[in-house]
Amino acid sequence: MTDVLARIGRVLLAFLAHTGRLSAFTATAVSHVVRPPFYPRLILREMVEIGYFSLPVVGLTAIFSGMVLALQSYTGFARFSAEGAVATVVVLSMTRELGPVLAGLMVAGRIGASMAAEIGTMRVTEQIDALTTLSTNPFKYLVAPRILAGTLMLPFLVLIADIIGVFGGYIVGVYKLGFNSATYISRTWEYLMPLDVISGLTKASVFGFLITLMGCYNGYYSKGGAQGVGAATTNAVVSAAIMILVFNYVITAMFFGK
Amino acid sequence: MTAPAKIELTGVHKAFGAKVVLDGIDLSVARGESVVVIGGSGTGKSVMLKCILGLLRPETGSIRIDGEEVVGVKAKDRDRVMRKFGMLFQGGALFDSLKVWENVAFGLIQGQKMDRATARDIAIEKLAQVGLAASSGELFPAELSGGMQKRVSLARAIATSPEIIFFDEPTTGLDPIMADVINDLIVKCCKEVGATALSITHDMASARKIADRIAMLYKGRLIWVGPAKDIDHSGNEFVDQFIHGRAVGPITMELRA
Repeated sequence: MTDVLARIGRVLLAFLAHTGRLSAFTATAVSHVVRPPFYPRLILREMVEIGYFSLPVVGLTAIFSGMVLALQSYTGFARFSAEGAVATVVVLSMTRELGPVLAGLMVAGRIGASMAAEIGTMRVTEQIDALTTLSTNPFKYLVAPRILAGTLMLPFLVLIADIIGVFGGYIVGVYKLGFNSATYISRTWEYLMPLDVISGLTKASVFGFLITLMGCYNGYYSKGGAQGVGAATTNAVVSAAIMILVFNYVITAMFFGK
Repeated sequence: MTAPAKIELTGVHKAFGAKVVLDGIDLSVARGESVVVIGGSGTGKSVMLKCILGLLRPETGSIRIDGEEVVGVKAKDRDRVMRKFGMLFQGGALFDSLKVWENVAFGLIQGQKMDRATARDIAIEKLAQVGLAASSGELFPAELSGGMQKRVSLARAIATSPEIIFFDEPTTGLDPIMADVINDLIVKCCKEVGATALSITHDMASARKIADRIAMLYKGRLIWVGPAKDIDHSGNEFVDQFIHGRAVGPITMELRA
């Protein structure tokens, strides 16, 4: 019996310690994002890495999502003769949900993993200690530029994903399902509200923050050589993905929950 | 002695959980002196160094640099003290995303806000001091051999002309000849910049060469401190066993962690 209690206690303590450490890390990281000195070169490099080099993978994800969305909603809605709603369904789903969530998940796999691996390797090879001895704060030099770049770039990435996704829906709608091109476009715009896009871009920004935060956090505290870095990489992607899904609900509830 | 010691440790304790690593370290290093701390693996040598550098925080005890307390001070004061330090890491710890010259110039560009062109000139000069051609400055650390990486790391440690340089096992992983080259460079560089040096190693050849004084760390305590020339007749059986590398003696390797 005491054995079981001890085990529960250990798990609970580990969880609390982990939560505390993550909170402290987040607070320190954010405080360094807003305080000088800044490293414009590094911020720019991360912005290019996150924003520009993620375009192919995010674009591919978006176009096929838009296409399949058009196809699925057409066959589904045909059962109660509501095929005309396809364009509206595609544009609302893309901007409000699929754009930010799918782009977020793809970027979590691409960027979160590489950040955790890079910072984790720097940790186990003492490069982070070396930064400190060279009068450079690792939070300022490594963490702040990444978090800033992630938070700023994800909305742009998602905006592009939205457009490509809607375009994917248009292709299927016009060339496969036989909609009139002008009608499809006017249907797309008809029910779209600014808030639909704004809520999606807000999500994107939060996801960008979460992805880079989890990448940096897991890398920063990795230990024990190659295996530790591997674990950090896995944790960075998994925790970012879970947090994206949780915060997706929370933000949706904040915008639209009545 | 009127001037305060360059580095002064008094009663430094550090434990990780229940495991006591440093159990009351007292050590004083005078200006311009080179002290080498020897000891087996896992005796707390690196932990001691990291406490002085401020990468770890000791539970009790005081560490003074130029008479100024550094344990538990604010980040700003800590940064100021940090500028006096240079450090050669065991694995080199070169930034693999940066070119060799950028590595050497890192402390100048980021720490001292020097412009890149000037920092680059200094970096190339420092590379020459450790026997590397200017052309190697354009390479990435991964393209260099182990010995060359150590040299670059040494150049980076001395680039900011620090008052105190720490050497963490400077010769580990090098062949005996390259180890001797590095030892010579350490002695030469410390003389040139007039730096105080604190090294940790278990390589006795290296310790004899670079040390003015040697201290031996065993089970979290300094069990012997004395001039390097006295190491062979220390009268301490722990020291004797260590410097002759004998398996049998008062030091027993803890095979179970």
